[in-house]
Amino acid sequence: MNKLNFLQPDKNNFYTYLYTGVILVALSIFIVFLNSFFNKDIVSFLPGPISFFLPLILGFTGLHLIRIDYSGLRFLDSINKNINTNNFNAFLSLLIVFVVIKSLPPLLSWFIIDANITGDSKDVCTGSGACWTYIKIWFNRFMYGMYPNPEQWRINLSFIALAFLGCVGFFATEKFKKYLTLYYVVVYPIIAFFFIFFFISGGPIFFDFSYGIIAAVISIILGFFIPSKFKMYYFIIVPITLYILLKYVFFYEELIELGKLEALEWVETGAWGGLSLTFIVSFFCLIFCFPIGLFLSLGRRSDFPIIKYISIGMIEFWRGVPLITVLFMSSVMFPMFLPEDMFIDKLVRVIIAISLFEAAYVAEVIRGGLQALPRGQYDAAKSLGMGYWKMHILVILPQALKLVIPGIANTFLALVKDTPLIFVVGLLEIVGMLNLAKTNPEWLGFAMEGYVFASVLFFIICYAMSKYSYNLEQKYKTER
Amino acid sequence: MNIKKILPQILTLLVVILVFGFFSYNAQINMENRGITFGYGFLTQESSFDVQFSLIEYDGSHSYFRAYLVGLLNTILVSVIGIVFATIIGVVVGIARLSNNYLINKTAAVYVEFFRNIPLLLQIFFWYFAALRALPLPQDTDPMFGVFFLTIKGFFVPAFVWNNLDVFIYSIIAAIISIIFIRIYAKKKQENEGIQTPVLSISIGLLLILPILSFLFGGVDASVEIPVIKQLSQSGFTFEGGIKLPPELISLALALSLYTATFIAECVRAGVQGVSKGQKEAAASIGLTPNQVLKLVVMPQALRIIIPPTTNQYLNLTKNSSLAAAIAYPDLVLVFAGTALMQTGRAIEIVSITMLTYLSLSISISIFMNWYNKKIAIKEK
Repeated sequence: MNKLNFLQPDKNNFYTYLYTGVILVALSIFIVFLNSFFNKDIVSFLPGPISFFLPLILGFTGLHLIRIDYSGLRFLDSINKNINTNNFNAFLSLLIVFVVIKSLPPLLSWFIIDANITGDSKDVCTGSGACWTYIKIWFNRFMYGMYPNPEQWRINLSFIALAFLGCVGFFATEKFKKYLTLYYVVVYPIIAFFFIFFFISGGPIFFDFSYGIIAAVISIILGFFIPSKFKMYYFIIVPITLYILLKYVFFYEELIELGKLEALEWVETGAWGGLSLTFIVSFFCLIFCFPIGLFLSLGRRSDFPIIKYISIGMIEFWRGVPLITVLFMSSVMFPMFLPEDMFIDKLVRVIIAISLFEAAYVAEVIRGGLQALPRGQYDAAKSLGMGYWKMHILVILPQALKLVIPGIANTFLALVKDTPLIFVVGLLEIVGMLNLAKTNPEWLGFAMEGYVFASVLFFIICYAMSKYSYNLEQKYKTER
Repeated sequence: MNIKKILPQILTLLVVILVFGFFSYNAQINMENRGITFGYGFLTQESSFDVQFSLIEYDGSHSYFRAYLVGLLNTILVSVIGIVFATIIGVVVGIARLSNNYLINKTAAVYVEFFRNIPLLLQIFFWYFAALRALPLPQDTDPMFGVFFLTIKGFFVPAFVWNNLDVFIYSIIAAIISIIFIRIYAKKKQENEGIQTPVLSISIGLLLILPILSFLFGGVDASVEIPVIKQLSQSGFTFEGGIKLPPELISLALALSLYTATFIAECVRAGVQGVSKGQKEAAASIGLTPNQVLKLVVMPQALRIIIPPTTNQYLNLTKNSSLAAAIAYPDLVLVFAGTALMQTGRAIEIVSITMLTYLSLSISISIFMNWYNKKIAIKEK
C-alpha cells in the first residue's frame, strides 16, 4: 500500500481515489437534488454559509480526486477529458449541473405540473402554473388573426396547396430538373400570389395588377424567340405596350365584373393576422427581395458609373436606417407621394417596404460572393465569347450564389424575425395578436404564457430554417 | 463610347428621375391640398408635449428641436448601455463556446441558439410585459446590498453627489493623455532597444492614482445619495433621491444586449478559430511566453477578424434600439417620429430627419470601418 496523497491523486491507489471521489460527487448531487425536488435540506445542522457551499465543496473535492490521467476506464477518461480537465473547469461544470438541477422543479411545475389546459374559461386557471387554456382559447386568433372563423379553411387549404407545390422540387425527375429554377423563380411565386389574392382575400380575378402579370408572362414567353441582339429593346417596349393594350383596349370593366368569385367572401387585409400573416409577409418579401438584391449587387459591381452609384446609394440608404422608420415611412410618408385618388393596400405597402429593406442586405451578401470569385472566372467566360448576361447567368452567379448560401439564409432568418415589426402600421401578426389578447379584460395577466408560446413557435421555425441552410451549405460545398 | 454603354445608364437615370419627379409632384399637390408648406421652421416652435424620461432638462415649453435632442440622447443612452453589456456577455459566451469543457460549451451553444432565433421585439415584450411585471411593488421591495431597489416601477440606484467634479474629470483626462504618451514612448523604446515596458500596469496605476490624488488634494468630494421610500398616497409608494432607471430602459437594454450578445459571441468564436494553430506554435517556438503569445500573436490576428463584424453588430444594436417605440421608451423614433409627427402632421420633414439621423450615424461608422479595415489589412507584397 502506497502512501495516500489526496492533493495529487495517482494511479497507485487508483480505486481508493475513484470510490472516494465518486461517492463525494454523488453525495453533492444528491444533496442538491433533495433540496430542489423535495425541498429537504439534510445538511441544515451546519451553519448557514457552510451548508450552502457544502455540495460545491464536496463535488469539487470529488472531481479533484477522480482526475487521474489514463486511468484505463473509458467512462472516467471521457469525463475527465470533457468536463474535468482542471480545477476551474470542474468548478464550472459543477455549477452548471447544480443550476440545472435547481431550476428544473420550478420550470417543470410552471410548464406542466401546476399548469392548466382543460376548460374554456379563465376560471380553471387557479394553480400557480401556466394557463395553457388561454392559448387554447385564443389559438385561432393567434394563427389567423381577425380572419372570420368560418372562412379559415381557405387559409389552411392555400397553405397546404402551396406547401405541396413547393415540394415539387424533391419529386422532379431528371428530365424536369433543369426547369426547376424557372419554376421556383417565376411560376411558383405567381401561383402563390394568385392563391393568396383570390383565395385568401377573395378578390376579383381580373384587376389592375393581373394585366401586368399577364403582360409580363406573355412577353417572357415571346422573348425566347427574339434574337438576342434586340432583346433589351424588346423587353423595354413590349411589356408596357401589352399592358396598355390589355388594360385599355381588349378588356377592362367587363372582366372585372365577370371575374368576381361570388362564392368567396371578400376579406380585407386588415383582418388578416396571426402566424399566417407572418408566413404571408415573409414569403412575399423573400420572393421579392432576392431578385431586387441580385440586381442591386450586380449594379454595384457594374462598369457603368451611373448605375453603380445609384445602386450604392440604394443599398447604403436602406442599410443605414432601422426597419421601423422604413415602416413609418411606408405608412405616413408614402401616401403623400401618391396621387390623391390612388390607394395602395397597407399590406402591399408593408411588403414593398420590407422587400426593399431586406434586398439591400441580400445585395451586400451576394456582393461578398461575387468578390470572392477569382478574376480568372470572369476572364475565362469572356474569352469564350460570352456577353455580360450570359457570363453571369451561366458562370458567375451559380458559383457566387453557392458561396453565399449561409449569408442569404441568415438574411431570410432576419426577415422572418423582423415581420413582427409590422405592428407599427397596425397589422397584427402573432406578436401583435398576443399584445391584443393580453389587454383583453377577460384575460388579463397571462402575458407570460403568450410570449412563451410565441417564442417556442418562432424558435422552432427559425431553428429549423438555420439547420436547413446548414445542410444546404454542406450539400453545395464544392472543393476549390 | 458606344450606344450600348450609354443607353442603359441613361434609361436607369431616366427611370429614377421619373419616379422621384412623380413622387415630389404628388407630394407638392398633396401638401397644397392640406395647406401645409414644406419647411423645417417648425423645429423652433413650442412642442407642448411632455416626455417621461429625459437626460436633459425638458418640458412642454421647449422647442421641437429640443424634443429631437431628448430622443436622440435617449437612443444613445440605451445603445451605449446595450453595447457595453452585449460586448461583455458576447465575449464571455464566445470564449465559453471555444471551451473544451462539454457542459460549458453546450450551455453557451444553447444560449446562442435560443436567443438569436427569437425575434427581438418578442424578447422586448417578454421582459417588459411579463418578466419585469412580476417584480414587487416599491413598498414590498427588499434592497439589494442595502442600496439598490429593483421594483416594478423601475430600478432605483444611489447617486453620487459631487463637489468639484471638473477637477476629477480633468484628472482622468490627464491620466489618459499621459497613458497615450507612455504607449508611444514604450513602442519607440521597444523598436529601438528591444526592451519591453510594462505599459498595462503603468496605465492602470495612473488611472487609479491621479483620480485618488484629485480626491486628496484637489478638493474633490463625493457623497452617496441613497434612494428612500416615500408614501405618495394610501397605497402609492415611490422612491426619492438616487437615480431611477425606468422599466422601459431596463427591458430594452436587457433584450438588446442579450440578443446582440449571441451575434458577438459568434464573431468572437470565428475570430479566435480563424487564427491557425501554426501561428501559436511558431510563436511558442521562438520563445514567447504564453501571455506574450496571446498578446502579440493571437489577439492581433483574431481582432482583425472580430472587429469588423462586431462593429456591424453595434450598428445593428443602435438601429434595433428604435424598437423602443413598441414599449414607449422615449427614444428618437417614439418622441420625434411618433409624438412630434402626430402633433405637427409634417410627415415628410420628420421622417426624413429621423432617417437622416440614423443614416449619418451608420454611414460615418461604415466610413470609419473602411478606413480601419484598410489600416489593419495584411499588406501582401
